Amino acid sequence: MTTPQDSTRQNTSPPPPGAAGGNSGCILKTERCTIRFGGLLAVNSLDMAVQPGEIYGLIGPNGAGKTTIFNLLTGVYEPTDGEIYFQGTRIDGKRPYEIAALGVSRTFQNIRLFPSMTVLDNVMTACHIHTRQTLADAVLRTPRFADDEREHREFCLELLEIFDLARFRDEGGTSLPYGNQRRLEIVRALATRPRLLLLDEPAAGMNPSEQDDLLKLIRQIRDRFGLTILLVEHNMKVVMGVCERIQVVDYGKSIALGLPEEIRNDPKVIEAYLGD
Amino acid sequence: MSRTVRNLIIAVVVLGVLFALDYVFAANLISPYYVRIIMMSGIAITLAVSLNLINGFTGQFSIGHAGFMAVGAYSSAYFSVEYGAALAESIGGTPGWFVSLGLATLVGALVAALAGLVVGVPSLRLKGDYLAIVTLGFGQIIVVLINNIDTIGGARGYSGIPIVKSAFWIFLVAVVTIAVVYNIVHSAFGRALISIREDELAAEAMGVNTTRYKVLAFVISSAMAGAGGVLLAHFDGYLNPKSFEFIRSFEILIMIILGGLGSIVGSILGAIVLTVLPEALRGFAEYRMVIYSLLLIILMITRPQGLLGNTDPFKGWRARRRNKTRTEAEEITAEDTRDINEGVDKATLGERQRDTSLGKGDASK
Repeated sequence: MTTPQDSTRQNTSPPPPGAAGGNSGCILKTERCTIRFGGLLAVNSLDMAVQPGEIYGLIGPNGAGKTTIFNLLTGVYEPTDGEIYFQGTRIDGKRPYEIAALGVSRTFQNIRLFPSMTVLDNVMTACHIHTRQTLADAVLRTPRFADDEREHREFCLELLEIFDLARFRDEGGTSLPYGNQRRLEIVRALATRPRLLLLDEPAAGMNPSEQDDLLKLIRQIRDRFGLTILLVEHNMKVVMGVCERIQVVDYGKSIALGLPEEIRNDPKVIEAYLGD
Repeated sequence: MSRTVRNLIIAVVVLGVLFALDYVFAANLISPYYVRIIMMSGIAITLAVSLNLINGFTGQFSIGHAGFMAVGAYSSAYFSVEYGAALAESIGGTPGWFVSLGLATLVGALVAALAGLVVGVPSLRLKGDYLAIVTLGFGQIIVVLINNIDTIGGARGYSGIPIVKSAFWIFLVAVVTIAVVYNIVHSAFGRALISIREDELAAEAMGVNTTRYKVLAFVISSAMAGAGGVLLAHFDGYLNPKSFEFIRSFEILIMIILGGLGSIVGSILGAIVLTVLPEALRGFAEYRMVIYSLLLIILMITRPQGLLGNTDPFKGWRARRRNKTRTEAEEITAEDTRDINEGVDKATLGERQRDTSLGKGDASK
């Protein structure tokens, strides 16, 4: 019997600091990453370097290109120019499922749960990368199929238990209250057993008390699963409360990078947010 | 071990029932007219359930099922005429026909699967309605092709196919189709398929190779349609290209929509209803199609999700069975969560203090 923590570690044991890939210990690194949609330069020569184990915030005004950066990192878009590395492996141009298999998982800005699936099935779908059953196993219901299903079900139930969602396991995923749907999406992302978790505006639409819970949750996830978290957020309270380093983008360009205190007082950031 | 034994018992019982069915039908106890309707329902079940795998569960709109059926029917008919008949003869008697029809079914299913692969690979790489357009075209092309190949009868139809009216084979194929689709849907593979239907982008982000799974589901579905075609070919001993035109694909589509997309029991029900209904309405002669259409319209207004859409008659049963196996797992996790909760409480205490200081910082800004 392994706890989710154990199995996470087994599959994705965090490398010793400084040993990840050939990119000076970065878990995620972009070099001059650029994407152009027709005449629009959505992301312009972005350099990013995320260290293993940190909670990294990506902020910027509306339309700055934050979600586009997420889509670049997860393979939804291919950069027009520049390179993206995850643990030293070049990932730009790879398909989203390949990147997911390498250990990058994400949530979406507007929740994208599988509506007609139960809470448990939603999470179990994300175990897909780690499934050992073949199609023949499923059709013939072999012992390997039974073992594989039981293993994943237990793993997912434990994950749900940690997030206090196990009691909803047989309910429809989208019938949960909004805050729980957000949490369920995070659980689903964790079920892929990632090393890097990308959260796209996790606090969107949450009330202040839900936001407080979220802050705790994000730190709890990082500590418990030994993850690196990259976070896109609008909500300053959440960003300042949880991120250890923050990068600010505006018009697809990086305009500042530093500790929350530095960012808070950076005149360029204030200008981008409040206008001149 | 007990699992294997149970599965074996089920298999033996199913085979026994099928043999009995075959015997009863062969003994002429039931009017041949009814036997024909029952057997046609069996073929329709295979077609509907297989189409449901791609349309209902994977959410990819295929409207060329009759094309794959035709591929299976004609390829197996050719096989039977050229080799199967001789083979049956050499083995002799009923067992001979059993073996040759079994081989013909294999041939038909494989050739149809190949056709499915050729059609599926280019069209399923794209998202959206391309599959519908490509399969529609495929259905037309197949009919035109058949019309122009003289070896298989061309537009005159293909006659002289050995007739094997076997309830055993028809219902065996139907049962295997149902079992395979059911087992696929209730597995990791099935969850991947359903996740593609629900949200392709999210499915891909969760590590599902959507193209691969769509193509696999499509190929399996095509193979089953091919097997359905094989049975049809050997039922009357005559194939007419007209019977594989677009209207046929549409009929199968109506079956699964009527029964409810994504419901296996619904597909079975839809297949039976749509096979029996036209026969039952024979007495109304010229009003038949009017009544038929009206029934469909009424159904779509009152139950747009189909007769059994979004329902699973076995859900309660499965949940109960799962709960039984879960109790042990629960005892262990209960302990785990207690530890975790304690840990979280400690951690959050520390965090709360940090939170308040940050809150002040925010306020002062």
